[in-house]
Amino acid sequence: MPDTTPALRDTTHRSATIAVIVDNESGVLARVIGLFSGRGYNIDSLTVAAVDDGGGLSRITIVTSGTQMVIDQIKAQLDRLIPVHRVADLTQQGPHVAREMALIKVLAQGENRVESLRIADAFRARVVDTTTASFVFELTGAMEKIDAFIELMRPIGLAEVSRTGIAAIARGTSTI
Amino acid sequence: MNAITPASHLETAPKSGAEILLQALREQGVEVIFGYPGGAVLPIYDALYQQNDIRHILVRHEQAAVHAAEGYARSTGRVGVVLVTSGPGATNAVTGLVDALMDSIPIVCLTGQVPTHLIGNDAFQEADTTGITRPATKHNYLVKRSDALARTVHDAFYVARSGRPGPVLIDLPKDVLIAPAHYEPASIKPHRSYRPVTEPDPSAIAAAVRVLKRARKPIVYAGGGVINSGPQASRLLEEFVTLGDFPCTNTLMGLGAFPAADPRFLGMLGMHGTYEANMAMHGCDVMLNIGARFDDRVTGRLNAFSPGSVKIHADIDPSNINKNVAVDIKIVGDAGRILRALIDAWRADEAPQDRRELAAWWRRIEEWRALKSLRFTQEMSPDAVIKPQHAVQRLWEICRDSGRDTFVTTEVGQHQMWAAQHFRFEKPNRWLTSGGLGTMGYGLPAAMGVQIAHPDALVIDIAGEASILMNIQEMGTLAQYRLPVKIFILNNEYMGMVRQWQELLHGSRYAESYSAALPDFVRLAESFHATGLRATKLGELDEVISRMLAEPGPVIADICVDKGENVYPMIPSGAAHNEMILGPEHAGRTASITDEGMMLV
Repeated sequence: MPDTTPALRDTTHRSATIAVIVDNESGVLARVIGLFSGRGYNIDSLTVAAVDDGGGLSRITIVTSGTQMVIDQIKAQLDRLIPVHRVADLTQQGPHVAREMALIKVLAQGENRVESLRIADAFRARVVDTTTASFVFELTGAMEKIDAFIELMRPIGLAEVSRTGIAAIARGTSTI
Repeated sequence: MNAITPASHLETAPKSGAEILLQALREQGVEVIFGYPGGAVLPIYDALYQQNDIRHILVRHEQAAVHAAEGYARSTGRVGVVLVTSGPGATNAVTGLVDALMDSIPIVCLTGQVPTHLIGNDAFQEADTTGITRPATKHNYLVKRSDALARTVHDAFYVARSGRPGPVLIDLPKDVLIAPAHYEPASIKPHRSYRPVTEPDPSAIAAAVRVLKRARKPIVYAGGGVINSGPQASRLLEEFVTLGDFPCTNTLMGLGAFPAADPRFLGMLGMHGTYEANMAMHGCDVMLNIGARFDDRVTGRLNAFSPGSVKIHADIDPSNINKNVAVDIKIVGDAGRILRALIDAWRADEAPQDRRELAAWWRRIEEWRALKSLRFTQEMSPDAVIKPQHAVQRLWEICRDSGRDTFVTTEVGQHQMWAAQHFRFEKPNRWLTSGGLGTMGYGLPAAMGVQIAHPDALVIDIAGEASILMNIQEMGTLAQYRLPVKIFILNNEYMGMVRQWQELLHGSRYAESYSAALPDFVRLAESFHATGLRATKLGELDEVISRMLAEPGPVIADICVDKGENVYPMIPSGAAHNEMILGPEHAGRTASITDEGMMLV
């Protein structure tokens, strides 16, 4: 008797960062998003951009969550889309770097203005725009770091947030 | 146009997009198109008018065009082709496309579109066809330039027929059909992104054979994937099942993949499958699923599905594996190649089978079979009310005795299940039913498609009086092309399956399930230049069937059957395979159905 597959019967949820290489053609993002909404999968983050010089391929990075069985299903369903070239589960394949960029507008005056700059300094956020009553900070890092920064800015005068979503790549020499 | 023109382009003068389209279809071997004209596709119809290679069959509704193409595809193994106009032409085709998607039928659907400069402007008969059909197709395309047209058509045919087959749609703006371009032949290069695995992994095959050889209580559960792989796969299935002396059951989609007359055949499994098939699935120690997808109609309650068995799943679509049921050995590939590899590995493996254990398993199965779970009681006096099961059984016997190559399509509902249970198929591609989507109105247009592909065959649509009305307009198509399709209506004056569920699960409150104000089907047939026949009592049944078969043209046979009959056996919603209701005497068991079971469809 072969080993049964305990991983598939595991009901614990995990997060997965999936990279998908697709043809850069109209409708391809709609296919991916439609797949997730149509089959009831979660999207925690999704980014897409052309990644080769010829403009022929795009890379979609999706952060999703589910049981192992669901995540395997998501990968198989993605791989089945005709314009999809490759699907890679970065979380499963080993260490990877996952980064997000955020632009955060804070309205602050007086002591709050100073405090916001102190926090920004601690997070290595850059000021990319300023008026006497506002700052726009640019911050890059892991999702959790940006979450933490936003929470600290909230009482100070957080006004608006724009986040890019996660871009991710494997560490080391391996490529997808 | 490009300054540099490839040499192959120099050989031919530029043609209109519509002419390029037809040339590409010819290169793909298309002989028949099922379609309906309209403003956006007039250039294609004009090109069709000026040639004789491709035959166009004019249907009466675009949904029927797709079902007819499905019938053509399923009975021949070729890609079915549909041509409809923009807007409502395309939206009417959607049901057929989803039907083909769910049942893995290769279709290429050509839709007209408003000219490119009007797209997005809410033009007359404009619809976002690629948007609407994205989840309804395996893939779709919007062609924006005539010089991309031929390449797109070749790509579409490749995608439709490769891997797990399915419907592919090409949206064709009118200006693209008129603008001139050069023809481009199909490329022999591999597809840039879609290259499904067809050859199975030898280590998975070896693991499967190892487990099957040692099985004490094996079962083979074969589905539509075997049929889609081609007739050779069915022959190999028979060979492999015989080799291992396995019991074999088929899904609704798989009927005909294994000969019904073979003693190793347990019949169909699932909600209305046989007792022996479901009990054997429940009690087996090794299950080989080949070309099926553990559909909810097959598994019943998932957490009670075949507990304790080692499950081997062979499928061409990796996303089907571990979708509903976690399996132990997965084999990705084409069903025919997998069966070939299994047979070779079985012969190479020297381990003996435990024939004694296997004989004990067969004795157990024979005990289950002895219950005759498909039994029904037909009173035999000439005035007796006709039981629908008896009508199907007599139809099958008379067709069999006629010796004619017989194809059966169905609509959806009770009659479909009785047809699946009581009409027996010895060969693949002879049984066409809407399994996944369950589309009422499928059977008549599908039968048209079969008859176009097989002009001399006997093609029967086993129908219900409610379903048949959903695409009854296709009687006109039968008349126009003199298609001798036989429509065998089991008329119980109810949407029978709805009525059955209302009886069993909703306190016999028959909300809106009575077929009131039915037409006179005999006169309806006559008004469409066909023959109408009717049997109201047992004594008339055989005569009507014989006359129906003898008639050279299309026939509607209105068989008035018992209005209260239900389909048994039945696994009620939310129940397990070993909790079947065998007949009305057990119907009280449905009282124990939980709210959770009630929520299932």
